[in-house]
Amino acid sequence: MTEKKVGSMTVDVDAEGFMTDASQWTEDIAKALAKEEGIELTEDHFKVISFMRKDFAENGTAPSIRRLNKAGGISTKDLYSLFPDGPAKKAAKISGLPKPQGCV
Amino acid sequence: MAESNKIKKVSIVISKGSFDGVYPGLIMANGARMEGIETTVFFTFFGLEAIMKKKADKIKVATVGNPAMHLPSLLGIIPGMSAFATHKMKKEMEKLDIPPVGEFIEMLSDAGAELYACKATVDMFHLTKVDFMPQVNDIINVATFYEKSAGAEIIFT
Repeated sequence: MTEKKVGSMTVDVDAEGFMTDASQWTEDIAKALAKEEGIELTEDHFKVISFMRKDFAENGTAPSIRRLNKAGGISTKDLYSLFPDGPAKKAAKISGLPKPQGCV
Repeated sequence: MAESNKIKKVSIVISKGSFDGVYPGLIMANGARMEGIETTVFFTFFGLEAIMKKKADKIKVATVGNPAMHLPSLLGIIPGMSAFATHKMKKEMEKLDIPPVGEFIEMLSDAGAELYACKATVDMFHLTKVDFMPQVNDIINVATFYEKSAGAEIIFT
């Protein structure tokens, strides 16, 4: 495990840069992580992020794209436009969650 | 991985109409979109059933001629056996959040994958555009398939 400086904060991350302790996460960290991915966070992004964090807290895994759609009410199209080029992974990373393990 | 070594585009051919003929291609296509890879899926021969309005959600596991079922073919021919095996498998897949075929096609289209039906097969089976789900981009011939696959890794399933 390594430590990574995000803005003025330091968080624990794995080799791929996913945070390993979801409790270290703050909205400012999310904004800084998003910037690294070239994403400027909006209210719509935070809607996804808050569902992801809530679902992770309840189930222990980052939700799949289908779950984000069915349980979170976030359409797949919106998800891809909010987090282009790898929505599930990028959204999990910015939400301070581990890399999603599912195949779908 | 170095950025230049990353796969940028895939073109997946789905040619079979059984459960295990359709799902791997769909999962690989969706997985590609999830990784930001440009994705085209070409449905041909019995694989066309995956994008047909009336057939997509009726795709079944073949219980005959499939050694990995560990079921003697003589039992596999019993009516209902294929439906039973399909039902069992669907239940397991639902747990993994793998959607039914029709929903999977919608999801792929929403994810930005392009879906095409093979013209030769469409003609052979006397089908038309109305037989297909609205997510299907077009009915194209092999030449167009290769044009659309320029620069892609072609995966045949």
